[in-house]
Amino acid sequence: MGLADSLDAYLILAGGLFAIGTFGFLARRNAISMLMSIELMLNAVNLAIVAFGSFIPDLRADGSVIALMVMAVAAAEATAGLAIVIAIYRNRKTPLVDEYDAMRR
Amino acid sequence: MRAWLYLVAAAVAGAVITTPALLVLVFAGGSVDDALFAALSTLMLVSALAVVVMRDIIRCGLAMIVAFLALAGIYVIAGAPLVAAAQVIVYIGAISVLILFAIMLTQSKAGPARLVFQTQAAPAAVAAIVLAVLITLGVATTDWGEAGRRARLATDALARVLFDQYVLPFEVVSVLLLAAVIGGVFIAKRERGPD
Repeated sequence: MGLADSLDAYLILAGGLFAIGTFGFLARRNAISMLMSIELMLNAVNLAIVAFGSFIPDLRADGSVIALMVMAVAAAEATAGLAIVIAIYRNRKTPLVDEYDAMRR
Repeated sequence: MRAWLYLVAAAVAGAVITTPALLVLVFAGGSVDDALFAALSTLMLVSALAVVVMRDIIRCGLAMIVAFLALAGIYVIAGAPLVAAAQVIVYIGAISVLILFAIMLTQSKAGPARLVFQTQAAPAAVAAIVLAVLITLGVATTDWGEAGRRARLATDALARVLFDQYVLPFEVVSVLLLAAVIGGVFIAKRERGPD
């Protein structure tokens, strides 16, 4: 049984991508970098969904449909998130999240 | 002089990506699909790491495009060609361009920030590694009882399910996209001052 024919390989790959996205979200200072990390995490989840849809006969078409819907929601999230970042940047002149301290002072 | 350095870097990157494919193909006796899977997943993980650790944020955005492209190839191998096409159109065509525009709008004149990481980067790395290990253990110890053979999904079967069983979520998603567009324009609109 080859690598591309085992569900575990796809799921472990998705887990690795999700962990990389988690690290980026927790560790980066730039708000847009954090949004890019969120996109990576969404892609990891999508990969897991597509893998389940490909390997489990009852989910064959449902997996792809759900993956397409996740993509649409991700597009909406990117639109709203980047608009918020740009609006904050216009006020604070910095994209670094650790300098957004208006509610901490 | 600089061009030679770039060539060396490109050669090293190509070797890193093709080595697992050759290992799988020659030593593990895998098929062409297995070799492609190994190469694409290596490319995806390496470029995703580049997204989260590189200093110049424009390069992070370009590495993200590479990661999305490799993931589209993995979707093709998994047997979902329509999802792969949507991945290329939506992620590479739309979201990446949006993110690159936002990067260029918010980049300060001082260039890339000196510190790209928060102070809690080391605990974040530990947490991410623990998460990856936990997911791997969970996947490896679970018996996916019904998992059958990998199969390619026909596009007409997908369309039948999408426009029959999932037609209400489909319409809800279109309303959500409209709301996101209106909200994005409203939030990012330049405020008129009182003067």
